[in-house]
Amino acid sequence: MTPDFQSLAQRTRRDFLVSGSRGIGGLALAALLDRDHLLASPKPASPHAVGAAAAERLRAHFAPKAKNCIFLYMEGGVSQLDLFDPKPRLMQLSGQKPPDSFTQKARFPFIQKESAVLFGSPHPFRRYGRCGMELSQWLPSIGACADDIALVRSMHTEAFNHHPGELLMYCGSMMLGRPSVGSWINYALGSESQNLPGYVVLTAGRAASGGTTMFSSGFLPSNLAGVVFRDRGEPVRDLANPPGWSAEARHLGLDALRDLNGMHRRAVGDPEISARIASYELAARMQLAAPELTDLDREPADVRAAYGVDRNAGGLTTYRGGGPDAFKSFGRNCLMARRLVERGVRFVAIHHASWDHHNDLNSDLEFNCRVVDQPVGALLRDLKQRGLLDETLVVWASEFGRTPLGENRPGFAKVTGRDHHPFAFSMWMAGGGIRGGQVYGATDELGWNIERDAVHVNDFHATLLHCFGLDHERLTYRYQGRDFRLTDVAGSVVRPLLA
Amino acid sequence: MHPDSLQTSRVFAGIPATGAGWRRILATLAFLSLLGPVLAAGRTPSQAELAAAGGTHWAFAPLTAPILPRVRQDEWVRTPVDRFILARLEQDRIRPSAPASREVALRRLSLDLIGLPPSHAEMECWLNDRAPGAWERQVDRLLASPHFGERWGRHWLDLARYADTSGYQVDRERPWAWVYRDWVIGAVNEDVPFDEFTRLQIAGDLLAQRSPGMAPEKIRAAQVAAGFHRMTLKNHEDGADPLEDAARIGVDRAASTGLAWLGLTVGCAQCHDHKYDPLTQREFFQLYAFFDAAEEQDVEVGSGTTAYTFSQRTSPPVTRIHTRGDFRRPGDVVAPAFPAVFQRMVPRDRTVVAGGSRRLDRADLADWLVTNVAPLTARVAVNQVWLHLFGRGLVATTEDFGLRGEAPSHPELLEWLASEFIRTGWHRKELIRWIVCSATYRQASVERPELVAADPANRRLARQNRLRLDAEVLRDSTLEVAGLLQHDVGGKSFRPVMPEDVKFLGTAGAWTWVDDAGPVLFRRSLYSFAQRTVPHPLLATFDQAGTSEVCTRRERSNTPLQSLTLLNHPLFVEAAETLGKSVRTGEAGRLAEDVDRLFCRLLGRGPTAAERTRLMRLVREVERVQPGAGGRVLAQTLLNLDEFLNRE
Repeated sequence: MTPDFQSLAQRTRRDFLVSGSRGIGGLALAALLDRDHLLASPKPASPHAVGAAAAERLRAHFAPKAKNCIFLYMEGGVSQLDLFDPKPRLMQLSGQKPPDSFTQKARFPFIQKESAVLFGSPHPFRRYGRCGMELSQWLPSIGACADDIALVRSMHTEAFNHHPGELLMYCGSMMLGRPSVGSWINYALGSESQNLPGYVVLTAGRAASGGTTMFSSGFLPSNLAGVVFRDRGEPVRDLANPPGWSAEARHLGLDALRDLNGMHRRAVGDPEISARIASYELAARMQLAAPELTDLDREPADVRAAYGVDRNAGGLTTYRGGGPDAFKSFGRNCLMARRLVERGVRFVAIHHASWDHHNDLNSDLEFNCRVVDQPVGALLRDLKQRGLLDETLVVWASEFGRTPLGENRPGFAKVTGRDHHPFAFSMWMAGGGIRGGQVYGATDELGWNIERDAVHVNDFHATLLHCFGLDHERLTYRYQGRDFRLTDVAGSVVRPLLA
Repeated sequence: MHPDSLQTSRVFAGIPATGAGWRRILATLAFLSLLGPVLAAGRTPSQAELAAAGGTHWAFAPLTAPILPRVRQDEWVRTPVDRFILARLEQDRIRPSAPASREVALRRLSLDLIGLPPSHAEMECWLNDRAPGAWERQVDRLLASPHFGERWGRHWLDLARYADTSGYQVDRERPWAWVYRDWVIGAVNEDVPFDEFTRLQIAGDLLAQRSPGMAPEKIRAAQVAAGFHRMTLKNHEDGADPLEDAARIGVDRAASTGLAWLGLTVGCAQCHDHKYDPLTQREFFQLYAFFDAAEEQDVEVGSGTTAYTFSQRTSPPVTRIHTRGDFRRPGDVVAPAFPAVFQRMVPRDRTVVAGGSRRLDRADLADWLVTNVAPLTARVAVNQVWLHLFGRGLVATTEDFGLRGEAPSHPELLEWLASEFIRTGWHRKELIRWIVCSATYRQASVERPELVAADPANRRLARQNRLRLDAEVLRDSTLEVAGLLQHDVGGKSFRPVMPEDVKFLGTAGAWTWVDDAGPVLFRRSLYSFAQRTVPHPLLATFDQAGTSEVCTRRERSNTPLQSLTLLNHPLFVEAAETLGKSVRTGEAGRLAEDVDRLFCRLLGRGPTAAERTRLMRLVREVERVQPGAGGRVLAQTLLNLDEFLNRE
């Protein structure tokens, strides 16, 4: 260890761990330093802890079940009525007007309430697993894991437009500028990876409609933001040495940089310079580690086949699901997610767009199910087989559901899809702290309203944090005079979902 | 309220035991006696209790005109600012630091005032100017530079949540947003007094309409300036509820006004009465009501440019409180009015807003900000200036001057700066001059081990602070030293080269990003097109301000992604390659000369012998493994030095 790091450890440890406006600004990097024993002493009390501040926070909370999260986000509003929440009665009444009491108070982006009629799902459901969970027959691979899945049929949200809804599901608030759930978890627990960011985002299909705002660290330090990785080639921007710059020359340059920064550190005494030196060393390690991560050729053929990383679309095309390339991307993303979790990355989001089936629901929904079902099922089984599912929380989420009414927006020749439905929708969780093989909550016979056990997005976040051993009311960050939480001012843990 | 926030030790931290200091302690004790029992009981104070506490809160009090403190080391004092800083240091028996070296001092000043390092000629000129008043001449030169408005305009744009698009999914381009940005730059350069600067941005359109004799260009400027509140987000998504969006925009205007001018989290009172400040939900919606009468309007202002501005509705809509913040649950009707807590800040005969039956409008709101609550507005404004010159405000919680905000480190200095700012006509440049001409500002930033334990955050300012350069300054300085920077001021935003995957990520069919090409790519960073949903990765990596809400201070992080960007991003690589070409690696004598020259160009000082030796060794070693690469590796190493990335 260099003298720089010693004095860094002795003198500025507190500054490091308190996410001040100075210092390296957050727990995650301190965690990296800890892992590398760059911060010599004092050692954190718990082997899990990333430093004194995190340990303090954790002491107050409780034992975690989950260490990592894979957040499968299906952007656009997945149709729960066609995939997760069977409604035979809706099929019987298909084509009829809904009761006035349903439509009176509802707002819809596109549906003309006066002439809208109910729209049954023609797609068969099947019972899966020992628990007999009813899911669409389009989801056989996910269905095969039903005994590990807790399906919630009673989700609700305030948002009925995409971007605010996505922000609510990712950041707990419809306002822009709040930290993403992955940033909160990394803020609280730090990263276990010594050479990768603690929050990685993988995308497939069409672009995310909210850009990168859902992965923002908001007012938390910027090193906690979700880093978008590409699923092939160079996973992080600016990772490779520039063309024409040899590795040896670069190495010599970095050596000189370290020496000169060290000289300046001695001259001006600012411990921040040591943090800068550490950043360059971490960057160099990332350069080595990241390409290995995306090199899926290292995976055995049967694993690649299980995830379907080489699948083609079998002639299917739809622009909404991202086109034929989505098959390969999504499969690669799921396999990458496992590899990331294995390497200690705390939070991996796979963001797939789009499920916004205002029209052509039959063909587009089938396309999307074909894209995601096989890899997601493979991921759950692979995690389980490797003993990782117990500590990895897998979440399937979307910003809202879709209406039991057919969408009759002006200009649509005929009804072939559904509008946004915030009042009742479905999501599921598996692994890390969740009791599988159960269906929680229920909707009425038309799937319009929740009949029992309503779960708000804030409740879901409270539950997710609980799985990580975090109390959603105590995980706070003071910003602009207010103690902010992921769950804003609401939310309670849904205990029946817990193992 | 968290009891910690009012622990006496924190409340009293930083209060000198001088006359005004004692007054403050007494006021604080009064404050605690009012709120103490509430806090002890662990309950949230009521508005009545908060109002009583607010009555004694320093930030809501009239300005005191502090007497300049007497100090023993009179010879150290350069401007009145120093008396306040030194008085505190002397009281704690701490010596101030020696002045920074001349090289460090000018680089600091130049980066702080215009966001660019001094040129070689500027540095030479300064080093050779040994006549009295040399520093003041440098200050004057930089304050008069057109780049001053770019640097300090950018600070204001952080508060204005400036962007070139509307935000949300569709994130539609606002092709004329830059007209407002250019107005800000111009107004800062012309040193438009802050009270007028305020009036124009809150009510420029109204003022233009009501001043029949106003010159046409003044009218145009006023309309453009009112664009401050056109910088709100707007949801153009198909099927978005226009009423919901309008409500959100109105809330943003009220909240942003409170944050940018009053340093108060008034937005907290959107759903319920403020929990920690004397501000009711009714009062929040009375502020909101000022903006209900404003209708968005785009008007052409001279040669084909458009101003995003407002017009006043002839019959303003009825404003109702949104019950629990929900616009679908209209509550009581409210009319524009001002929060009660500020009533005693200025003697009644000096307030300009008349009561009576007339409905108040935005012009009244603007007047109110710079008259009735001028003490608070001025405190907040001078604190922002201090923040940008020391890296930390006298009030560290720049966003919260309320009951839960931190007490100022130098309360009397804050009072003095705010009073003088108002008394001398709200001139930003004058205020900056008082500070940068002080001995306090000119101190070295070198750490002092003996002070670390007692004052780890350097709140007493026994030295300057080392600060990592802001994102824009970092990029601009790199281009500048490489001779690549384009210096033209103002105009349409340019689109920097966006990585393909990032482009794709933000293009959900709603917009496309087409990179610009050519020299325009080397314009200053504040002209970089700000797409709200996809912040440019280079600037975002270095903590550029967000664009969705008022940003009163930026984070300064230090991450491996920054290192990767500085090493491998094409723009930084191009700068290194450009600089590297000029290095003659062949002959030892020439090489030493070039190392010195490059070092000097980047850091404003010559290398020490050890630094020179190490750098020459680097070039020789690189030339052995990759002949011809020595120059650019040398340049890149220098561009990545912590000293280059920081303002010392």
